[in-house]
Amino acid sequence: MQMPTPNPAVLARKADIVARLRAQLPADAVIDDPAETRAYECDALSAYRCMPLAVVLPRTTAEVAAALRICHAEGVPVVPRGAGTSLAGGSMPSQDAVILGLARMNAVLEVDYDNRFIRVEAGRTNLSVTGAVEGDGWFYAPDPSSQLACAISGNIAMNSGGAHCLKYGVTTNNLLGVTMVTMAGEVLEIGGPFCDAAGLDLLGVICGSEGQLGVVTEATLRILPKPEGARPVLIGYASNEVAGECVADIIRAGVLPVAIEFMDRPCIRATEDFAHAGYPDCEALLIVEVEGSEAEIAEQLGLIRQIAERHNPVEFREARTEDEARRIWLGRKSAFGAMGQINDYMCLDGTIPVSSLPLVLRRIGEMSREFGLDVGNVFHAGDGNMHPLILYNANKPGDLEKCEAFGAEILKLCVEVGGCLTGEHGVGIEKRDLMVVQFAPADLEAQMRVKDVFDPAWLLNPAKVFPLPASESRRAA
Amino acid sequence: MRPPCPVPVQPERTNVMRPETEAQLAEAIRDADGPLQIVGGGTRPVGAALDGAVLETGALRGITLYEPGALTLVVRAGTPLAEVEAAIAAEGQRLPFEPVRWGPVLGAAGDSTVGGVVAANVSGPRRVQAGACRDSLIGVRYVDGTGTVVKNGGRVMKNVTGYDLVKLLAGSWGTLGVLSEVSFKLLPAAGAQATLILPGLTAAEAVPALTAALGSPYDVSGAGWLPGVGAMIRVEGLAESVDYRAGRLAVLLARFGRVVDERDGSAALWRDLGEVAPFQGATGDLWRFSVKPSQAPSVIARLGYPVVLDWGGGLIWALVPEGVDARARAGAFTGHATRMRGQGPGAFHPEPAPIAALSAGLRAKFDPRGILNPGRMG
Repeated sequence: MQMPTPNPAVLARKADIVARLRAQLPADAVIDDPAETRAYECDALSAYRCMPLAVVLPRTTAEVAAALRICHAEGVPVVPRGAGTSLAGGSMPSQDAVILGLARMNAVLEVDYDNRFIRVEAGRTNLSVTGAVEGDGWFYAPDPSSQLACAISGNIAMNSGGAHCLKYGVTTNNLLGVTMVTMAGEVLEIGGPFCDAAGLDLLGVICGSEGQLGVVTEATLRILPKPEGARPVLIGYASNEVAGECVADIIRAGVLPVAIEFMDRPCIRATEDFAHAGYPDCEALLIVEVEGSEAEIAEQLGLIRQIAERHNPVEFREARTEDEARRIWLGRKSAFGAMGQINDYMCLDGTIPVSSLPLVLRRIGEMSREFGLDVGNVFHAGDGNMHPLILYNANKPGDLEKCEAFGAEILKLCVEVGGCLTGEHGVGIEKRDLMVVQFAPADLEAQMRVKDVFDPAWLLNPAKVFPLPASESRRAA
Repeated sequence: MRPPCPVPVQPERTNVMRPETEAQLAEAIRDADGPLQIVGGGTRPVGAALDGAVLETGALRGITLYEPGALTLVVRAGTPLAEVEAAIAAEGQRLPFEPVRWGPVLGAAGDSTVGGVVAANVSGPRRVQAGACRDSLIGVRYVDGTGTVVKNGGRVMKNVTGYDLVKLLAGSWGTLGVLSEVSFKLLPAAGAQATLILPGLTAAEAVPALTAALGSPYDVSGAGWLPGVGAMIRVEGLAESVDYRAGRLAVLLARFGRVVDERDGSAALWRDLGEVAPFQGATGDLWRFSVKPSQAPSVIARLGYPVVLDWGGGLIWALVPEGVDARARAGAFTGHATRMRGQGPGAFHPEPAPIAALSAGLRAKFDPRGILNPGRMG
């Protein structure tokens, strides 16, 4: 993974820069001791590491603004960081960059059930947003699988999804407003607890901009009343094609499950060995979850059973108790861990049109043999967001490179069939250089011009998202 | 219900372009030597009157891709909304955000186009449940002010590849680019619906009832108030589920007054609400407020003019005497107001200086010559 050459002028002034930050911020908010900054050298894309210049951990929006003003004046790149769970290297530092970590900004600022929103500091973890309101029967819908650890600021930066977005949408559909600090240190209020933006939809372009337009310090989020109940069913099929047809038929029939998850045989085997969820031995497995009252759940599951049975499932298992429901989800939720037990893995995130599912799975199987690397598929089938997990051995020379080449081929295939490189993890450094597969130069230019407006000097998270050659002239300016 | 009403003054149409392909659209913009008025169906003449050559998108027409099993639709921007709705209804599907037609209440004839719906980010009553137009929009192709074709997003519903210009284009009123093609995520159409009416409530009294309904687990898909009807709460879905939820809501809402369960007339009520039927043909200016719902009663009281409510009170349509600055009259509130019908400057809500600077910066990048609907949102 190529990164730009660090700015020697910044490296040379490190002591001055740290001193200026210390003069403006509380003593414990600025870290430059390598023993402590080591914790920030990577995110969840841990194959790539780099020690940052320094780390700033502010407690208020005013401190964020102060830090940014100094970095702006000094020409120091800034890499914003929520909880550091990015799988795409979204918060990976460069040697000349200050990490701006939001972990200390995690307070709930306002809960308003009448207007159905919560306002939080953006370093708060995803799950603890729901935690703040679930006692009163409410929840925050986007549920990325890292939700125990990941921060709202990172969710906003990457426009994170989750298992239940077929019904509830992703982060951008549940975000009402932000307090954001620009690279120049200006504090902006965008959106709020009302519908739609006045003027241009700046909130819409900020969400998913991977921390390149500003640092979001507070967020107003839509909360929803919890449904009365939810229940999953597990459906096993003898082929991926048939499982894919079943998914399309469920959608066409007018039932809208909150989740449709898909696992293929390698993944089923791995999770069974690991979690013993009691999954059937079959080629493809669907987990379909519906919500509502007892009667509503029964009505929807009745329809799903009819559709599923038309395709001759090898198994149709309805959860009758809480424990059975838990066991159905157990394997799916353990999938990443189970694959990790076998070997190191790289998790991809391309999206495809649901209709291309059988073709794409077949081609991935063929490529797996060509590259000599195993792959398991687990993904959100309702929306076509795939998560192929490619297994490799990090200690074996050349294996990571082979894995990356395999991953790139899969993502190119996703684009070729009408999909995209990333459905919910973001581009970061990981898929940066593949952007030219999906976008023409003019498409990338239009996006980079947005950054020109928000961050003319290209100091915020500069070496991410766009291919390095495409952004070079801007970063060097 | 639709007598003629004052039509905003349109500059004379001396120069009208009507490209039939995206390439022709790009050429027309590239070759333009002055401002352009971008027109879809011409049913939403909101904001400053424009001058310059007219660029119509109506010949960019037709569905390019429809996959019912994937809930996705790709359609050229000039396609009439009615054509799209008919095509997807045939497969039992619909646009989640319930696009509404403003032509009748704005006194504008013509057929609404999907591109126009997107450019104005128009959402109907179901916005409270399914989100806005921009939330269902998954891809755009557009031509920027230099005549360059740009694509963003695509045809899959989960996509975070690069910046989300899709959202930025939605609601930009043709000032950032001219849409040539748009993609939507669709949803299954509901088999059944019911509307609970609380006929005894005033607009201000309706807000707490709507709030209670939206705070319940019964998946409300509409919450509004119409003069002469009362507070209205809609549920949609499978038949037995609709019966169940309507029943539970009737119990929940009983403390606010008498509750009537309307079935046969339900769809027409929501069409009337979405199209602001009570104010069609009425004289005066028309204002549209987006507010924090709990502030609706105080805004309504300060306005003191006839209103229609949607989105649980979060959307207020107000009919005010010509020339009255309803925004100023409403006093301090959290949200924004747009004058939808009426003359003079200030139709769109003024922005704080730093936000206005960012918006101006974006317009200068997307349209450096300032030729796309210049001043429309000013």
